[in-house]
Amino acid sequence: MTARVGVITFPGTLDDRDTQRAVRVAGLDAVPLWHRDKDLKQVDAVVLPGGFSYGDYLRAGAISRFSPVMESVIEQAKAGMPVLGICNGFQVLTETHLLPGAMLRNNHLHFICRDQKLRVENAETAWTRSYEQGQEINIPLKNIDGRYVADERVLDELEAEGRVVVRYRGGGLGGYPPKERSNPNGSLRDIAGITNEAGNVVGLMPHPEHAVEPLIGTGGTDGLGFFTSILKKLVDA
Amino acid sequence: MSLDTVKHAEQTPDVQQPWAELGLKQDEYERIRAILGRRPTGAELAMYSVMWSEHCSYKSSKVHLRQFGDKAPASDALLVGIGENAGVVDVGQGYAVTFKVESHNHPSYIEPYQGAATGVGGIVRDILAMGARPVAVMDPLRFGAADHPDTKRVLPGVVAGVGGYGNCLGLPNIGGEVVFDPCYQGNPLVNALCVGVMKHEDIHLAKASGTGNKVILYGARTGGDGIGGVSVLASETFDDTKPTKRPAVQVGDPFQEKLLIECTLEIFKENLVAGIQDLGGAGLSCATSELASAGSGGMRVELDTVPLRDATLSPEEILMSESQERMCAIVEPDKVDRFLEICEKWDVIATVIGEVTEGERLEIFWHGEQIVDVPPRTVAHEGPVYERPYARPEWQDALQADDANKLPRPATSGELREQILKVVSAPNQASKSWITDQYDRFVQGNTVLAQPEDSGMVRIDEETGLGVAVATDGNGRYAKLDPYAGAQLALAEAYRNVAASGAKPLAISDCLNFGSPEDSAVMWQFAEATRGLADGCLTLGTPVTGGNVSLYNQTGDVAIHPTPVVAVLGVIDDVARRTPIGFADEGHLLYLLGDTEEEFGGSAWSQTVHDHLGGLPPKVDLERERLLGEILISASRDGMVDAAHDLSDGGLIQALVESCLRGGKGARIVVPDGLDPFVFLLSESAGRAVVAVPRSEEVRFNDMCGARGLPAARIGVVDGDAIDVQGQFSIPLAELKEAHEATIPGLLA
Repeated sequence: MTARVGVITFPGTLDDRDTQRAVRVAGLDAVPLWHRDKDLKQVDAVVLPGGFSYGDYLRAGAISRFSPVMESVIEQAKAGMPVLGICNGFQVLTETHLLPGAMLRNNHLHFICRDQKLRVENAETAWTRSYEQGQEINIPLKNIDGRYVADERVLDELEAEGRVVVRYRGGGLGGYPPKERSNPNGSLRDIAGITNEAGNVVGLMPHPEHAVEPLIGTGGTDGLGFFTSILKKLVDA
Repeated sequence: MSLDTVKHAEQTPDVQQPWAELGLKQDEYERIRAILGRRPTGAELAMYSVMWSEHCSYKSSKVHLRQFGDKAPASDALLVGIGENAGVVDVGQGYAVTFKVESHNHPSYIEPYQGAATGVGGIVRDILAMGARPVAVMDPLRFGAADHPDTKRVLPGVVAGVGGYGNCLGLPNIGGEVVFDPCYQGNPLVNALCVGVMKHEDIHLAKASGTGNKVILYGARTGGDGIGGVSVLASETFDDTKPTKRPAVQVGDPFQEKLLIECTLEIFKENLVAGIQDLGGAGLSCATSELASAGSGGMRVELDTVPLRDATLSPEEILMSESQERMCAIVEPDKVDRFLEICEKWDVIATVIGEVTEGERLEIFWHGEQIVDVPPRTVAHEGPVYERPYARPEWQDALQADDANKLPRPATSGELREQILKVVSAPNQASKSWITDQYDRFVQGNTVLAQPEDSGMVRIDEETGLGVAVATDGNGRYAKLDPYAGAQLALAEAYRNVAASGAKPLAISDCLNFGSPEDSAVMWQFAEATRGLADGCLTLGTPVTGGNVSLYNQTGDVAIHPTPVVAVLGVIDDVARRTPIGFADEGHLLYLLGDTEEEFGGSAWSQTVHDHLGGLPPKVDLERERLLGEILISASRDGMVDAAHDLSDGGLIQALVESCLRGGKGARIVVPDGLDPFVFLLSESAGRAVVAVPRSEEVRFNDMCGARGLPAARIGVVDGDAIDVQGQFSIPLAELKEAHEATIPGLLA
């Protein structure tokens, strides 16, 4: 069996073709979805890829959430369809309130692109079932508005309910002050990704689609698990 | 004042025109009058003045650049040569690659962020206009002294601009250079390179043919930004009550450019254009005159149909505006509807502004009245050509006589260790990751190698693994000592970098950054450098596909070092065979390829330890470079080496430090008999590389080098967590890492 995974293209989306490739590498069918089109083409899951949708004008993700395709995504997400937002996609998911919190400019104010160590804190979401709880993985991070913030109550709730999906972990990354060697942007409680209460909607700042083939990107395949998890989820369901 | 129409110009031959303020010389102005048989209208004067500027016409450099064509090596790979928006190279399997490096130096000093951002935008549109999908960018950058206060203004702005624009376009930034030297203090060099990929049949050219075909302007609205000389014209000849002196630096909108890329690629896919040109320097003046000049007929443009950001713009300003993110296409009438439909899908504004006509005139109208009537070739391709006087400067002999080989050398191994740490931590040799980590190198999912590797490499076919590699290099210090050799050393280094990664060099693009052509010494440097480059390309068999000349990089009488930057493009049949620089496996044997001589002129050591520039640069032996390249490519293809790193600034020790830190492993090194450790570690002799050979491959590798006559000396082994030079010193990797990586953030973060 296979699954159909929709990949949305907004104007200004950059990682859509890479995400389609990652979906294919994971053995799934990639279905391109267009922002003006409400029709989700009967996909089993949806990925909102990274980029600068609508130029990030106003605020990252702020305009995309009003696009026709998002109406359908919000509806389906609430009905349990797996939805993954990567980077700009995560920003869109917080703008739609499918996920809590918000992303601010990195604390050092620069764009940052590097290999990033992460720890999988919740291996039971629709998008992380291929990993082990506590597994350390290495996938690229690249953003300028990547600092995850939420109020203390929300952060406590996320942690209490196991909804922190991945956290930034330290690595010997040269060229940065020690505190930035692990947490690359000042995200509260080192949060790199979270999920909703049902575990079907996940938002991630790092880019698993850039770590699915040996030789390319980081040269590892640690990111593949996010995409293969979907098949596991559908089989289990 | 009323509109200056062609008719009006005929009736008023004696009107004083501001040709001098627009940068034209008297004889150039007279020539325009002679071509037209009357005085030019304001709009015509504006067009000629920008198109005949140094930047657009290459009037000082043209006589020297001809050598790139005259001495071009025979090459089966070249599909489109110099003269188009960018050259196109056949890389096999039906793919063609186009690439070009260009400068955006002057705007970047004035407004670092926008200057650098629009530099990226401009080169990307050049590549797009050839019919290619842009797949990667690179940025060779040069700044004043790293610790100068103004560098802290210019560099972060330039880096943020390169990143801010490139990251938003979804183009991986896979390499480039960052060099510091006081000579660039008031004249930073911001060069930008883009690589694009297409199938052979998708190549598009900038020409307007086919009477009745429509001229479509699409992309951003035209605004008042980027108008240089013309605001002078507007304020002096026309209505001077409106706001003038708009910013001369263009403002970029990468989001608009991203839409333009996707929209244009979809238009190409449906084969909807007969000719296409991007709008860059000189805006519509350039696009309309170049398209018409290269085509078979004439062109008629209704200028008042151009969508504007500012309704008060005069026709002259519209013609000159350098507003970014615009393209101009020639479209057959029955394809116009579909063309406009695709633009609508991508929210890109598109307007039919004119059509291709019979005859040979470029005619432009403003609300029905004719304001331009010119032969387009005289604007675009038949501008003035100067044979500027040039002479070897009298100080050249004294500079070359000031021999760097005679500088005091380290007396003890302790002193050698100390000086080595100084060299590898100096801003020019230090890790640039703080800068390159501000660029997205992963997007598009095809990046195989990126900084700090020897070349940037991207896969272009997922099935076969076909890929291309690009490296850019330049060394102004070498070129100052000897511009002919300096240009060849830049070529040799970029060639070597591509080969070290396992790719076969095919062609080059160059960005020639020099001082004022009106200075005979600068002109001599330029003549020598272009001659060196043309001769070098002939020997190496790599044709020049195009590039850019940037002159007037000087403050007062002081010019920058002559800085020819060379980009070499190579092809690799399967990226799985690429060779990285990192020493990752203990036990692999280290071989030094090539000959090491005492060559310290222009070296990193002479700069860092003695603040000295004098003597002669390293000797150039291009036949040796070619042989070294062949060995590196064969070794990569046949799996004989696991890592390779070219030797350049900082010599062997710099390469060892970079390879050890990259792979996370140390090295034990033995100085070969008869070689002075200082010379062995720090000399910058060209034509060398260090490789890591698995023990199982040693015999085969040695046999190959022996049979081909390339000197190969076993100098050590990958081992431990230090660089240990036997009998001399040992430096732990942790100490090297700190020295190498802390410098740049320490100065700039």
